[in-house]
Amino acid sequence: MSGPSTYNPQSGLERWIDARLPLPRLLHDTVHTFPTPRNLNIWYTFGGILAFCLGVQIITGITLAMHYVANANLAFNSVETIMRDVNYGWLIRYIHANGASMFFLAVYIHMFRGLYYGSYKAPRELLWIIGVLIYLLMMATAFFGYVLPWGQMSFWGATVITNLFSAIPVVGNHIATWLWGDFAVGDATLNRFFSLHYLLPFIIAGVVVLHIWALHVPGNNNPLGIDVKSPQDTVPFHPYYTVKDAFYLVLFVIFFAGFVFYSPDFFGNPDNYQPANPLVTPPEIVPEWYLLPFYAMLRSIPNKLLGVIVMGGAIVTLVFIPWLDTSRVRSCRFRPLMKQFFWGLVVCCVLLGYCGAQSVDAVKFGIPMVWVARIASIYYFAFFWLIMPIIGLIETPKKLPASIAQSVLGDKAGAPAE
Amino acid sequence: MAATTSDAGTRRDFLYVAAGSVGAVGAVAAAWPFIDQMNPSTGALALGSTEIDLTAIQPGQQIVYKWRGQPLFVRRRTPAEIESAKAVDVNSLPDPLARNANLPDTALANDADRATKPEWLIVKGVCTHLGCTPAVSTPQIPEGEYGGWLCHCHGSEYDTSGRIRKGPAPENLAVPPYTFMTDTRVKVG
Ligand code: HEM
Ligand code: FES
Repeated sequence: MSGPSTYNPQSGLERWIDARLPLPRLLHDTVHTFPTPRNLNIWYTFGGILAFCLGVQIITGITLAMHYVANANLAFNSVETIMRDVNYGWLIRYIHANGASMFFLAVYIHMFRGLYYGSYKAPRELLWIIGVLIYLLMMATAFFGYVLPWGQMSFWGATVITNLFSAIPVVGNHIATWLWGDFAVGDATLNRFFSLHYLLPFIIAGVVVLHIWALHVPGNNNPLGIDVKSPQDTVPFHPYYTVKDAFYLVLFVIFFAGFVFYSPDFFGNPDNYQPANPLVTPPEIVPEWYLLPFYAMLRSIPNKLLGVIVMGGAIVTLVFIPWLDTSRVRSCRFRPLMKQFFWGLVVCCVLLGYCGAQSVDAVKFGIPMVWVARIASIYYFAFFWLIMPIIGLIETPKKLPASIAQSVLGDKAGAPAE
Repeated sequence: MAATTSDAGTRRDFLYVAAGSVGAVGAVAAAWPFIDQMNPSTGALALGSTEIDLTAIQPGQQIVYKWRGQPLFVRRRTPAEIESAKAVDVNSLPDPLARNANLPDTALANDADRATKPEWLIVKGVCTHLGCTPAVSTPQIPEGEYGGWLCHCHGSEYDTSGRIRKGPAPENLAVPPYTFMTDTRVKVG
C-alpha cells in the first residue's frame, strides 16, 4: 500500500493487468512480501482474527436478513422462525450472536496489546485513532443489532441508551425524539436501527482498509517496541505470518465453536426471549457484557448529565493516549513502573465489568459495589490523564536491545534469515 | 498584461466564492430532508387521548395504562400517602418544579399541584433518568425509602407524589394533561 513495490509481473497477462489496474501489485505488496518484524507474538494474531470476525458477521448477517422482519409486531416471531423453521437458521443466528461477543473479545485483546507495547506512540498515532473509531462503530453496530430481536432487553436497552442523549442540555430531548422517530422507542426506531445495522459493518470494512493503510506506512510495532533497523529484523509476511495467523485463527474458531454448539446462550440474557413490553421494565437491565464497564461508570454517578459525560469521556480519552504518554520507550517490557499500572488498569476494567452486571444496590463481601465502581472509574481516568504523563517523565526504563534481530537471534544475528 | 491578469484573477475569485457559497447552501438545503425524515411522522404526531374508568381502582392500588405508547400510572392514594406527600418542604426537593402539563411551567411541586384531586395521582410511568418504568411501592412490598416508586435500572427513588428524592433522575415524574369528565372518569391527553 505504500513504499517501494517489489512486485514483478511474470506472465503477459499479469503485465497487461498491472498496466491498467495494479490490484495484484497492491495485494502482493500488502499481504505477500510486506516486511514484518520477526518477533511478533500471539497477541499480534488478533488483527487477522478481527478481520475474520467482521467477515463472519457480514455473511451470517446478510443471510439472517433474508428471513428477519423489521417490524415491531413481527420481529420477535421472525427471529423465532429463524431459530425453529429456517434450515440451519439456529446455526446462523447463534454464530451471529456469539460472533459479536467473539469480535469484542478479540478487539479488547487487540487494544490492550496496543496499550502494553506502546503501539499508539509516534509514528502510529493515526493508526491508533482509526482503531478507536472502529471500536466506536462496532459498539454502535452491536447496539443496533441487539435491538433487532425485539425482546425485553432489546427494547429496554434501546430505551436506556437512546435516553442518554436526553441528558444533553436544551436540545437533548429533541435529539432523542429524532433518534426514535416517535415519542418513545417503537416501530419507527426498530426500522431505522435495522437499516443502520445493515450499513455500519460495511463502513467498518472501509475504515479497516484505512487502518491497514495506516499500519503499512510505519509498519508493525513489535513486543520490543523498538524500530526496525535493517532487513534482518524482518521476515516477509507470507509465509511466516500467514501461517502463524492461520494457526491461532484455528484455535480461536475452536473456542468460538465451543460456545456456538455447547453453550449458545452463554452470553445472552434470558429476558430477551420474552417479547418487548413497553409497559414493564425487567427487574434488572443489563447491557451485553462488552458494554458493562461503561455502564458501571454511568451508574456509579448519581447525576444524569455527569454520568453521561463520564461514560462518553471514558471512550474519548482513548483518542488522546498518543499524546498523554510522555515516555520515550514504547514497550512495557522495558517500563517496570508502567507495567504495574497497566495491569492495574486491566484489573479495574474487569472490576467495572463485574460491577456493571450487579444490581445498583448490590453489596458483595460487605462492600457496596457502587463504591468499587467509583474507585475503579477514578483509577481509569487517573491512569490516562495523570499516571501516563507522570510515569513517562519519572520512570527509568530498562536498557533496550540493540536491534530486533539481536534480541531474537542473540549471537547468530548477522546470519541471513532462512 | 499584468493588469489584465490581476483583473481576471479578481473576477475568477468572485465567481469561485459565489459558486462555492451557492453550492454550500444547496448542499445544506438538500441534506435537510434526509435529516428531517427521521423526526416523528405526521402519523406519530397525531397524538391520542385515553379515557379511564376509575371505579375499579382500590385505595392504595396503582393501575398501569398505555398512553401514547408509554406506561401511565394511575394511583389511588391512601390518606397516609397523601399526608406524607404534603409534609415535605418543596424547597428541600431535588426538583422543586411541579412538571405538571396542566399548570404553568413555573408551578412548584407542592402536592396539591402534582395531584389536582389528592386521591388521584396520575403520572407518566417513565423514569426521568433514562426512561425505565419504576416499580410501585406498597406497604406490603416497599420499593425504596420514600413510599412512591423505585426505578431498578439505576436506583432513582420517588415519593408518594411522584417527586424525585434520591438517585440519578433529574426531574419529578411528569404529570400528563388530563381532565376529570366525572368523579370516576378521567380523560388523559
Ligand atoms: C460489525 C458487524 C456486526 C455486529 C457486531 C453485529 C451484531 C449483532 C448483534 C449483537 C445482534 C443480536 C443477536 C441476538 O441476540 O439475536 C445482531 C442481530 C442481527 N444482525 Fe448483526 N452484527 C453485525 C453485522 C451484521 C450485518 C452486516 C448484517 C446484514 C444485514 C446483520 C444483520 C442482523 C440481523 C438481521 C439481526 C437480527 C437477527 C438476530 O437477532 O439474530 N448484522 N447483530
Ligand atoms: S432509568 Fe430510572 S434510574 Fe435510570
